[in-house]
Amino acid sequence: MSAVDNKKIIKDGLWNNNPVLVQILGLCPLLAVSGSVVNSLALGLATAFVITTSNIAVSLIRNYTTDTVRLPVFVMIIASFTTCIEFLMNAFTYELYLVLGIFIPLIVTNCAVLGRADAFASKNGVAASALDGLMTGLGFTAVIVVLGALREILGQATLFDNMHLLFGDIAQSWTIHLIDDYKGFLFAVLPPGAFVIMGFLLALKNIIDKKLKARAAALAEKPATGSRRVRTTGHIS
Amino acid sequence: MILGQSIRKNSVIMGIFAIVTTGLIVVTQVGTADQIELAKRQALEKALQEIVPASLFDNKLLENAVEVSANNQLGSKETRTAYIATKNDVPIAVILQATAPEGYGGSIHFLVGIQANGTVTGVRIVPPHFETPGLGDKIDLAKSDWVLDFNGKSLITPKPDQWKVKKDGGAFDGFTGATITPRAVVDGVLKSLLYFNEEKLSLFGTQTTINAAASTNPTTGTNL
Repeated sequence: MSAVDNKKIIKDGLWNNNPVLVQILGLCPLLAVSGSVVNSLALGLATAFVITTSNIAVSLIRNYTTDTVRLPVFVMIIASFTTCIEFLMNAFTYELYLVLGIFIPLIVTNCAVLGRADAFASKNGVAASALDGLMTGLGFTAVIVVLGALREILGQATLFDNMHLLFGDIAQSWTIHLIDDYKGFLFAVLPPGAFVIMGFLLALKNIIDKKLKARAAALAEKPATGSRRVRTTGHIS
Repeated sequence: MILGQSIRKNSVIMGIFAIVTTGLIVVTQVGTADQIELAKRQALEKALQEIVPASLFDNKLLENAVEVSANNQLGSKETRTAYIATKNDVPIAVILQATAPEGYGGSIHFLVGIQANGTVTGVRIVPPHFETPGLGDKIDLAKSDWVLDFNGKSLITPKPDQWKVKKDGGAFDGFTGATITPRAVVDGVLKSLLYFNEEKLSLFGTQTTINAAASTNPTTGTNL
């Protein structure tokens, strides 16, 4: 196993190979749950936890399975971690557990989880796999939270509503009401709105990537021109 | 032979992992069971206290539960639990678990608190419900104050034939864009009240036997 560049893992998980924006994986829970920041954050963190722990476990056992049964074994590992987090959420964030409902067990079916297990953790060491899982999970969380925030603002003109479900009573006062007496924008609340906002996020990512590329190209050109001038002057003299 | 070997090897691997992962789940379940039970109780207690104002009763609601057998008017197909609120051992209100089967997204479960004189003290929708977000989900107190309209209502005000949404000529507000949901809930609460009217004595009567104070309470029960 070759040493893996940690910086690359971080960049890939969060941006270059973001599970949502680039791989377009796990959209079902993403679109269904991202109605508010608190729901998004809870599902995002739960998913990140499952990706990280299952990546660690898969990496640990990667030399003890055979190719034939590797996928069922990975799925068993992922399913058991998902069930564990379901129990934990049921115990410690009961109301949130009720809100997220079926989407917690459905983390198992999030392709991003099995995808990372098979594509990365089964070929790399424990530390790198843990980092990769964490970064992929955080990449997922970041996108779902942004989506949740946008839908919450558009849908009900609040931000961080009901955060006490996740953080306890301190968070009771975190709700920000942006517009008083807002009638609500149904489109943003319903799944089609999630799709459209998701589309805008994808477009935004592509625009940023293009800009970055253009800037990188410009940067790469400058030294080239510089060196040419040096050479020319050298040639003249 | 080689095929048999590989099958055996793979089965053993699968088996070991199945045992280990199941073990992990068992440990978590056992470890969280108490906390889950506690969380459920706390959530239920909180919900019950919202429905019947704390000033009205002085008992522990969860400990004064009675079994209510399956009943069409409550929309229940199995035995449900009802909670009796008492003050000085006199039953003053009951909280029934009921179901409105005709919701837009399926059954809507709710708790309804009814005072001994037949007045509604409160209605709360029990999650999860599957009404349309932004339209039908206004039955949820988190989304709108609509359920509070039931407070203080009884079969006398409004009259039973007025227990409908305004669109159907009744006394209750509906929602724009969602007729079915409020209609189902109004009808469900009405049926719970009718049930309470018929079963009041047996509800409060069972309560008195549970409290082992049967000698005095049946009469007070009827006087209320």
